[in-house]
Amino acid sequence: MSTTIERPAAAITQVGLPLDRVDGRVKVTGAARYAADAPVEVPLHAVLVQSTIARGRITEIDASATRAVPGVVEVLTYHNAPRVPALPFDFTVPVQEELAPLQTSEVHYDGQHVAAVIAKSFEAAREGAALLRIAYERYAAEVTIERAHQVDVPEQWFGDDAQTRRGEPEAAYAASAVRLDATYVTPAENHNPLEPSVTVAEWRDGELVVHDSTQWVRGTRAALAKHFDMDDERVRVIAPFLGGGFGCKGFVWPHTVIAAMAAKITNRPVKLVLTREQMFTSCGRRSQTHQRLRLGASRDGRLASVLHDVLSESSRVGTFVETAGGVTTMLYDVPNVAVTHRVARLDVPTPTAMRAPGEAPGSFALGSALDELAYECGLDPLDVLRRNHAAVDPSSGLPFSSKHLLACYERGADAFGWSARTHAPRSMRDGDELIGWGVATATYPAMRSPAEARVTLGADGTIDVASATHDLGTGMYTILAQIAADALGADPGAIRVRIGDSSFPNAPVAGGSMSSASVGPAVQDAARRARLEAVSIATSVAASPLHGLREDDIDARDGVLRAKNDPSRAIAYADVVRLGGTGAIEALGSAAPGDESEKYAFHSFGAQFVEVRYDEELARLRVSRALGVFDCGRILN
Amino acid sequence: MRTTERPAVPARSSVPLTLRLNGREAVFDVEPEVTLLDLLRERAGLTGTKKGCDRGQCGACTVLVNGRRTLSCLALALPHAGDEVTTIEGLANGEKLHPVQAAFVEHDAFQCGFCTSGQILSAVAIIAEGRADSDAEIREAMSGNLCRCGAYPNIVAAVAAARDGMAGGRGAVKAAQGAR
Repeated sequence: MSTTIERPAAAITQVGLPLDRVDGRVKVTGAARYAADAPVEVPLHAVLVQSTIARGRITEIDASATRAVPGVVEVLTYHNAPRVPALPFDFTVPVQEELAPLQTSEVHYDGQHVAAVIAKSFEAAREGAALLRIAYERYAAEVTIERAHQVDVPEQWFGDDAQTRRGEPEAAYAASAVRLDATYVTPAENHNPLEPSVTVAEWRDGELVVHDSTQWVRGTRAALAKHFDMDDERVRVIAPFLGGGFGCKGFVWPHTVIAAMAAKITNRPVKLVLTREQMFTSCGRRSQTHQRLRLGASRDGRLASVLHDVLSESSRVGTFVETAGGVTTMLYDVPNVAVTHRVARLDVPTPTAMRAPGEAPGSFALGSALDELAYECGLDPLDVLRRNHAAVDPSSGLPFSSKHLLACYERGADAFGWSARTHAPRSMRDGDELIGWGVATATYPAMRSPAEARVTLGADGTIDVASATHDLGTGMYTILAQIAADALGADPGAIRVRIGDSSFPNAPVAGGSMSSASVGPAVQDAARRARLEAVSIATSVAASPLHGLREDDIDARDGVLRAKNDPSRAIAYADVVRLGGTGAIEALGSAAPGDESEKYAFHSFGAQFVEVRYDEELARLRVSRALGVFDCGRILN
Repeated sequence: MRTTERPAVPARSSVPLTLRLNGREAVFDVEPEVTLLDLLRERAGLTGTKKGCDRGQCGACTVLVNGRRTLSCLALALPHAGDEVTTIEGLANGEKLHPVQAAFVEHDAFQCGFCTSGQILSAVAIIAEGRADSDAEIREAMSGNLCRCGAYPNIVAAVAAARDGMAGGRGAVKAAQGAR
């Protein structure tokens, strides 16, 4: 079962082909310009200074040695930084930390930006930053999740209920023949894309132009406009290439605002690149989690009840909920479920979404608990997963748009050789090494968001596709060229895709694994409209070889419109544009989620098989094999 | 009071420096603390060389100095007076990609591309050094170049393919002879 996607005007011939990345050449020649490579004339360089206490206030800043460094232009602190408002977190103004930078003497966590040294060279700024002397008054700080005094219970997060229940989970658990009660702890994890976060900011005639390593140019634009009290249109955010992101570049962080402040106060372009060390406190991390799971099951491994209690952490100046219990509501066919999420408020930097936020630590805990349950029941763990397979989404009762998880288990088990597994602990051995095999289920929601795109056919034969989306290495440039090629009936090599600019038509954050499904249909729509406009001109202008034909009579292939019943009657897009006399054919397209999510539950699924080897004498644990089999929908490239 | 025990910084003067940069003579005035990486990126305008960690751990800044793999973030610029420095911008012959560059595209040996310049320069050097004769040897010799996207299997495939395509397929011949 699949959802209905409007059939494109032309046959699908490019989508799904293993076309080389269209941005491959610029990436292997060093020509791809990432944010720190922005062609800005003689920028100043800003280096951040971070707090060295977890909570307190600044009592003194001595910048005399800093200012004595040749080349240092300015030292930006709360004393002289432009006044900007703190912004509450909002999905249209996505500031993850509700703390405007450099506004007060207060320190809320270790690693908070407390100053920026601006200099004519990076070396001078770095030296100046090292020489800045800051004195603090320290307050007592809480940094340990187990001892947090303030623990919040959020009602909702990202539009989903954070506290959910169905059936009678406590009673069903108490009545179960097999009960498992286990707690799993997952550590904080940092994204650390290879490209650190960067902002290069420049004010031009009262307008702010920012080259930013962001996964969301429109979101960054909105936040900067709010901070500096400007119309959105007077802020331009540019990010044609990102050196990875994994979530830490999804929302807007204080360094971006500081770079814009520094450019404003010096009236010069300013380049600010976080150091690798600063990446650990400046742009989020995956929160640690403490997850208690209680499983109630029958002797044959059928789950009757799951209670999943999640504790994660956030700062006192921003909120993030690591919704690890989300998977528990939908992954298995369980009649009685209770999921709770609590958030400990600590004097630490604010966490954020990191690649599969919620699902990653939640799947680990739930999968581990099911493995332990299999041992309690004396069953093959794979059988336990199969026996609890959900044919429909148990949280909503809706059918899945597609689900081939059982096939993933089967194919994975065959490829891995699962049938050779022996059940008893310590029963599998190879020489000095004990061998363990495990299996678990993977899932992630398939989401969509409204998006727009523009397709322009030029009189010189160029085809331009523009949208404010992003390519983090995900292949967006390439698949959009393929999608536009199919919808237009053109060669993907003739199509130029431009993305990563807030002045292009709107697109969502490149997060949540939703960009292809959101922007792809928008490009398809824009290309279809451009094609229809070209057909309209080609059939109505007397000088056209297709004059008088109807739309249905015409095929498009290799950038040429042709009469279906007489291929000798043909005209290239470029010639249609010239006939039209408007210089170009331009079409804006859009796509948005419809009512499909009221009819179906959308998720991808997969099965993971892993082998670990343990040498007892050396206490050496190694992952020796890992196999994933995924039901991930239609492959675009 | 946070104290940073450093001496006051004297006014530093810049020093003239001449390099052979991608085959051409290039002249700079640099202060002694300028790294080769920052010289390339901020003063020579060669931004293809990337700063991933600035502490010699990720390999994104790898360039060739007199043909030898060098972490440009850990190299001060001044001691390299007169050296031949090759960056990613110096590999292609006009429009024609270097075989390693072409192999990286063909084998999709990257995603975000941020580590790619360093990967390619390391690959060029290890092939020239004869240290790319097997997949295991490639993995070991390339282990100083991190890829956060995890394109490693494709990187190994690209390096092996480039090796076979270069120098009369020396590696392929060796493999056929059962040398490894």
